Amino acid sequence: MEFLYDIASLINSTLRISTPLVFAAMAGIFAERSGVIDFSLEGKMLMAAFVAAVGSYFLGNPWLGLLLAIIACVSLSMLHGFASVTYKGDQVVSCVAINILIIGLTTALAAAWFGQAGLTPTLNEDQRFLEVNLPFAESLRDVPIIGTIYSDILSGHYIFVYLAYLSVPLVFWIVFKTSFGLRLRAVGENPSAVDTAGINVFVMRYKALAINGVLIAFAGAHLSTAVNANFFREMSAGRGYLALAAMIFGKWHPKTALVACLLFGFTDALQIRLQGVELPAIGEIPVQLIQAIPYVLTVVLLAGFVGKAIAPNAIGQPYIKER
Amino acid sequence: MAPVDKSKVPWWVSNLIVPLVNLTLALLVSGLFIFIAGENPFEAVRLIIYGSFGYIEGFAYTLYYTTNFVFTGLAFAVAFHCRLFNIGGEGQAYIGGLGVFLVAINFSFLPVPIVWLLSIAGAVVFGAAWAFIPAYLQATRGSHVVITTIMFNFIAASLMVFLLVDVIRDTAQMGPHTVALPKEQWFPSFKDFAALFGIKIRYSPLNISFLLAIAASVFVWFLVWKTRWGYEMRAVGHNTQAAIYAGISPYKNIIIAMCISGGLAGLLGVNEILGVHHKIVAGFPAGYGFTGIAVALMGRNHPIGIFPAAFLFGILYQGGSEVTFDMPNITRYMFVAVQGVIILFSGALENLFRPQIESFFVNRLNIKASA
Repeated sequence: MEFLYDIASLINSTLRISTPLVFAAMAGIFAERSGVIDFSLEGKMLMAAFVAAVGSYFLGNPWLGLLLAIIACVSLSMLHGFASVTYKGDQVVSCVAINILIIGLTTALAAAWFGQAGLTPTLNEDQRFLEVNLPFAESLRDVPIIGTIYSDILSGHYIFVYLAYLSVPLVFWIVFKTSFGLRLRAVGENPSAVDTAGINVFVMRYKALAINGVLIAFAGAHLSTAVNANFFREMSAGRGYLALAAMIFGKWHPKTALVACLLFGFTDALQIRLQGVELPAIGEIPVQLIQAIPYVLTVVLLAGFVGKAIAPNAIGQPYIKER
Repeated sequence: MAPVDKSKVPWWVSNLIVPLVNLTLALLVSGLFIFIAGENPFEAVRLIIYGSFGYIEGFAYTLYYTTNFVFTGLAFAVAFHCRLFNIGGEGQAYIGGLGVFLVAINFSFLPVPIVWLLSIAGAVVFGAAWAFIPAYLQATRGSHVVITTIMFNFIAASLMVFLLVDVIRDTAQMGPHTVALPKEQWFPSFKDFAALFGIKIRYSPLNISFLLAIAASVFVWFLVWKTRWGYEMRAVGHNTQAAIYAGISPYKNIIIAMCISGGLAGLLGVNEILGVHHKIVAGFPAGYGFTGIAVALMGRNHPIGIFPAAFLFGILYQGGSEVTFDMPNITRYMFVAVQGVIILFSGALENLFRPQIESFFVNRLNIKASA
């Protein structure tokens, strides 16, 4: 029974930890499928976390914080588009600029407004998202198996957790089953053909980036107004890059990207459980090395022991319309 | 607007005027941030100039930061000529510092100048080794170096904290750092130099690594523009397909470019370990690796540009610490944001006003020529 409970709590934390990665990977799919590299997921997630926490603190409502975070992230996406789509600047440079800018700006402003440590004030219960208990979770808890699955694994998460997993089929449907999705993918594969068909390449890329901004905002708000009750310095901790690696590992497909995100989430959940635990034969692994496991896993996955990842054909290249 | 004929644009317009306009824009936006943070941007500028030029210790600090930024700026630039975004300078510098320390402490029986040379080699080898795996994965598997080098920054940080806590920590002290190197191995500092002229300085981190930075700049210039290998590497960066057609191996060049880049970043460890801390301190690269990106992009990836750009960031860092001292609302993170803005304007948005500026000057010169 103890063992079963351990497994249940491990799956539970996997679902929670994977949530920002899932949002970020879905956001990345939109940008990259349209042919725009997005390494700035990291910076946007951090921006969303900051804006959501500050917005919710001042306005007293986490939904308004989320709304402001969406506005901030869409603006950053537009900035990325302005530099790399309209002005044909280097897309990676634009992303690196956004990431460094946001790391600096969020911490600097948090310090300027709320004191030197770069923390935002702790949000009270009205200012943050609370766990959602699914109906009958309490009464079903004692039913064997089903009770564990329903009450201990599925119930009691933050709203973002459910939204993240709902977003996956939605993204799949938009990208692969609608005419918008067809155009999106075409713009990333062969923009001049799409242009010939009378579709504006630039507008398509801006639309993709706008959706990207909305999705990534959820990831940041999850970090600062749900699992944590405040923003702290560099709280995204590389998750934007992990999500990008998951997306590449998932070959730019929502379903396989989800699997990779869950794998990262599971490793992270496991790494937290392993801290300070004596393992048979190995003994206790130093905590610093355990914490590096997700990063090592990222490199291993990117090295692609399942075959080389093929990116959308036109990725990273600004589209230059013929005159 | 019709693009101007590139050959008619004078070099000083594209290499001086345009970068200066971009820098000005970046500084204007940064001033806005300082205003949002609740401080007076003009007062901040005055403090920056005073802090970096106003007194001899301040100026020495400026040059000390310049040294670090030259190393990391050159590191980014070399890889960039091969179209590789090595944003792992931070981790490569960290591991490079480990190389410096291990060599210096283990070869301390040798004469000091030889230990110095070996330590510099240690920094280069360790830094290059840390860049090798991302390079190899990029070359063979197409794993994007931006992600792998960032991951290697995280891994380097974990590894170094592990080493500093559990393996090479100075057990007589509480903090996560190693024992100090023997005093005769310490690089002569600006303080010793100034004492020769009878000038008394309390403390200065500036040391002879500054000369190493000049040497590294000359080395990079020679390597990238004057050797066959530099040509091959730039060819791969410019047009991989054409390079392959010309019999140049992208695989080999990607790995060499990244290793040289990592080695240059590793030199930061020489300045920090032999010149300043004399031991490994947790987190000593302190963001210098990332600043190198902004330095290289501002300096247009050429040593002649990188040196003044590094100096500018030296002013910003040293002057910035003066600002954080006097203005309670400004922390050093504000200057991280300023770096981001500079990368944005002089890197990603460098074409924002380029066509207008270039055609403006070309037209004026034409009028002059025909008059």
